Amino acid sequence: MHAPDGFLNLGTAAATAVVSAGAIAVSLRQSRQQLSDRQTPLAGLTAAFVFATQMVNFPVAAGTSGHLLGGLLAAVLLGPATGCLVVSTVVLLQALVFADGGLTAIGYNTLNMAVVTSFGGYAAFLLFRRLLPRSASGVVMAGGLAGGLSVVLAAATFSLEWLFGATAPVPFDTVFGSMVGVHALIGIGEGAITAATLSAVLAVRPDLVFGAADLAPSALADRGRWTARGSLWAAVITVAVVAAVISQFASSSPDGLERVADDRGIEASADAPTTAGSVFADYATRGIDNEQVSLAVAGVAGALLAGAVGSGVLLSSRAGRRSGAPAGGVAA
Amino acid sequence: MTGRHGAPPAAGSSPVHRLPAEVKVAAALAFVIVVAVTPRRALPVLAMQGLAIGAVVGVARLPLGFVVRRLAVVAPFLVAAALTAVVAGGPHVTVGPLSLSEPGMWAGAAIGAKTLIGALTSIAVAGTTPIPDLLSGLGRLGLPGPLVALAGFTLRYLDLVADGLARRRTAMTARGYRPRRLTQAGPLAASLGTMFVHTYERGERVHAAMLSRGFTGAMPVVAAAPRPRPWHWAAAAALPAVAAVALAVGWAGLGRA
Repeated sequence: MHAPDGFLNLGTAAATAVVSAGAIAVSLRQSRQQLSDRQTPLAGLTAAFVFATQMVNFPVAAGTSGHLLGGLLAAVLLGPATGCLVVSTVVLLQALVFADGGLTAIGYNTLNMAVVTSFGGYAAFLLFRRLLPRSASGVVMAGGLAGGLSVVLAAATFSLEWLFGATAPVPFDTVFGSMVGVHALIGIGEGAITAATLSAVLAVRPDLVFGAADLAPSALADRGRWTARGSLWAAVITVAVVAAVISQFASSSPDGLERVADDRGIEASADAPTTAGSVFADYATRGIDNEQVSLAVAGVAGALLAGAVGSGVLLSSRAGRRSGAPAGGVAA
Repeated sequence: MTGRHGAPPAAGSSPVHRLPAEVKVAAALAFVIVVAVTPRRALPVLAMQGLAIGAVVGVARLPLGFVVRRLAVVAPFLVAAALTAVVAGGPHVTVGPLSLSEPGMWAGAAIGAKTLIGALTSIAVAGTTPIPDLLSGLGRLGLPGPLVALAGFTLRYLDLVADGLARRRTAMTARGYRPRRLTQAGPLAASLGTMFVHTYERGERVHAAMLSRGFTGAMPVVAAAPRPRPWHWAAAAALPAVAAVALAVGWAGLGRA
């Protein structure tokens, strides 16, 4: 998912850079206490950990493999604000030092892989926590489900950016379908591994898990047997439901494809794309019936994403205030 | 920063090595922005820009093996760029057994070229700048202090953590663990979990050691980097300037055609 230079147009790159910089500024404010003095080495080592886990490939299906994004894992372990900073640092270093992801692509790479996975994923994590029992296994399961969902959210964000900044004549619904489809599979792996990692950490050092800071020791001791198989099935079900819901959005205009097929001859001969002058990239909306529908799709999906990220920011700041110094007392 | 990740041969005495880090980063960013706005049909312009960054890599005398190893990272994106020609819409042309989209081929070629140029640019920066200089340069360019500190710790311990993970993987493989399906990922994830605990506890020890040596919250500056001079900026500006001139000439040429 590390997009290289020139994958999206410069306007999209600049806009996403502004959004990412804003999210990082908010994260810096929220985690000031956590990072000001003693916790910087700890956050830095966690960043090295996330960086290293992104090199771990796991099998997805025959012949394909994916790697962890680790954004939600970092958010649950350190809190979403510090998690966002940690993964943003990883993305920055990958672009600058390891030529992985373009320098002009830092804006959208940070947004997709750090901001959306940490804040959006953490909002989903809190939602799942509400639905699941208040216990260690509830935290593990919520982490696994939100981990899988965070990857799908990141893929959906990239597709939305493509709608605005496409640089190739590949229609939005093709990009959306393939990105979300492939990343639903990768999300299953992300979810399973996130759950199992959280389970291992909770077993040894539950004090290190920010997302379980509200649990009493007795609830922490309540660890139902939690296997990779169980989390796998939970992730499969969640991803299937999410993919079904999202695909409804993508194909909300069943006559769109037919109409495009009719229009194809006209569009191919026309020099000016039909949506020239709109905010969308000239090609990306071709798969969708018309500008209003694509605006609606983009608007609904964008609002959902922004809502998820925003509520993650708000909830995390409230959680931070309630529990005093989050994940603190660790270095004592 | 040694071993598997292909440590940058940052030691060197070429003119590129001698430029201050913040000048190099700023020039690289300006250069890739110019490359990014180059229209996708202007392949000769992209070729000129590729030659420009190639010349910088040449002047820096970066070892070919290092450059190629680092370029391998973008290989999947070159494949994706090539696929664009297959999945894109628009008028198609038949090439051998394939029916390729004409605008898709242009877009694919441009994305591929921009990907390569962008990767070469960051290789040229990373390959000629010692990590501590790079980090302090980023700080002088305005990256917030906590992020600079975070990045420093990340790079310092990255190889340690990666080696730890690789060691666990080797041990698991030696004991017959060869996961083929996702349902077999459990032990891998468990080893990630224990690795995180070990990593975090190492962080606690590192922090305690730093405190015992008088750490007050700011990293000490061992050797201040030289301040950039106007001629440093002028020399580094040559790269984005060449790219911009190529773009302007190409634009004029395209306009006439």
